[in-house]
Amino acid sequence: MAASQGVLAPPVADGAGTGHSHFGRLLLAEWTKLRSVRSTYWSLIALIIVFPFFCWLFPYLTVANWKQATPTQQANLMLDPIGQVMAPGQYIGQLSIAVLGVMVSASEYSTGMIRSTLLASPHRVRMLAAKSVVFFLLVLVIGEVVSFVGFFIGRQTLKGLLTVNLNSGDIRQVAGGGLYLAMLGLFALVLGSLIRHVAGAITGIVALLLVVSGLISLIPGKAGKYLYTYEPTNAGFAIIAKHVPDNFLLSPWEGYGVFAAWTAALWILAAWLLVRRDA
Amino acid sequence: MIEVKDLVKKYGGTTAVDHLSFTVAPGRITGFLGPNGAGKSTTMRLILGLDRPSGGTALIDGRLYHDLRDPLRHVGALLEAKAVHGGRTAFNHLLYLAQTQGVPKRRVSEVLDLVGLGAVARKRTKGFSLGMGQRLGIAAALLADPKILILDEPVNGLDPEGVVWIRELLKALAADGRTIFVSSHLMNEMAVTADHLIVIGRGQLQADMPVAQFIAQFSDSAVLVRTPQTAEFRAAAEQRGWSVTAAAEDGMLIVTNSTAPLIGELAAERGLVLHELTPQRASLEEAYMELTRESGEFTHHPSPPPPSPAPSSADALASGGLDGR
Repeated sequence: MAASQGVLAPPVADGAGTGHSHFGRLLLAEWTKLRSVRSTYWSLIALIIVFPFFCWLFPYLTVANWKQATPTQQANLMLDPIGQVMAPGQYIGQLSIAVLGVMVSASEYSTGMIRSTLLASPHRVRMLAAKSVVFFLLVLVIGEVVSFVGFFIGRQTLKGLLTVNLNSGDIRQVAGGGLYLAMLGLFALVLGSLIRHVAGAITGIVALLLVVSGLISLIPGKAGKYLYTYEPTNAGFAIIAKHVPDNFLLSPWEGYGVFAAWTAALWILAAWLLVRRDA
Repeated sequence: MIEVKDLVKKYGGTTAVDHLSFTVAPGRITGFLGPNGAGKSTTMRLILGLDRPSGGTALIDGRLYHDLRDPLRHVGALLEAKAVHGGRTAFNHLLYLAQTQGVPKRRVSEVLDLVGLGAVARKRTKGFSLGMGQRLGIAAALLADPKILILDEPVNGLDPEGVVWIRELLKALAADGRTIFVSSHLMNEMAVTADHLIVIGRGQLQADMPVAQFIAQFSDSAVLVRTPQTAEFRAAAEQRGWSVTAAAEDGMLIVTNSTAPLIGELAAERGLVLHELTPQRASLEEAYMELTRESGEFTHHPSPPPPSPAPSSADALASGGLDGR
């Protein structure tokens, strides 16, 4: 029978049962998953266009309207030109990474694909780890590229107004763009894994990024400062600033550490729930 | 070899799988039958480690699914619900699964050709018909050439040609010494495909026996007898060791483990009047429905039968036949 012949022909057992690194295989599989859906391309293309564009637009408008700018605006630029260049691109560009991060994990649930995935890798935590590593590294690489491209475009645009030097101490601000995006991507991935619903998780993270993070700064007093500082995305965003604002209680690196700690805590929760919950 | 021991799964207050124990042996097709909501899919998900059991164990070759090294090389599964991202091509869906198991890339093309999806391998699966989706699921199950196959309603959505294809495929795989565990809610499909049957209802085991035995046991031949002398006839028949059950209508009896000629001879011998003597044979489907009627989750409860006209002989027979076992 023609049908059975193919079935009976065994697949070549490349590295089967020889202690071949399973984690390496999972990384490869997660990479295949990531590169075989369109949402990955759309989101990354959006980031690649949007981030440098806004790194150009705001410096351009600043230069064009320099004479009308208030003294505070002028002072802000002089005080932290790199932060001023990076922030608009970062603020808009982060949305595409947040959405992609959610989709990478939550779409497995909405499509039912998670069942195929877990049948292939029943060690669920290892699967989540592989997914996290692959996605973090991908966003880190792309994020660093757009950050540096955005920075150089912004610096070029500001040239008539002031010279922005990239001293060794300032590299943290530019490289921080990629670091922030990578951590945000992981944060969104974890959120998607926890909520297991694409629309719900996207709503959650977009609300956090665009509404909660800003609104929280309106809370008065010491409590307001704490909430503002320790809100995960605010904490992480500080990595691109030269000087943190007055109501921010930590240094940029400490802020990034807080963001990483939030992500790690939620990752552990997600891993625990992934094992506990029925798929 | 699949061993299910005292398996329990509770969702809140409802028990989907209720102390289920059975063994699925290699080299044959084991049909897993039950009405919708009987717990078939849940049982399969528990075996596959997708759901956590509330009690008991399900072992595959003596190990939990979770502890299998390269599980797809041991067990191939097709689940009832869709388990594919529609934006990914059929090829890439199988490729990532192959990569987790260290299965080479060309095996992906091989199984896609095998299930007849070679031409659409590079198409995204959201455009697939139900039947194509099933074929892709079967391709995924066969990907790493497993010794055990667990298939949840594999003929769902397949055209008649596809149904025959699946049947032949499963038979070939079983003949090759593999363990085939296939669920269905259709008795007739299982009667022609399976060698062994496991029937569940409300998460409980109803029957676990070879198909031939199931047919012999549950499609008892019976004879419908109508006589004005019910008491005398009953006494005479029971003397012969036949079992007699009163049917719903007065003067109507169901006799099992006898035959129409024997009953006719008995009546002639004793001078009893017979108004009707009709041999009956319940279909396997009826026997199965009767077996699981009480246990279906979504059973529609029929209103009490009207006093007249006469109940259908099949109903009368089925209850008679099964009570007698």
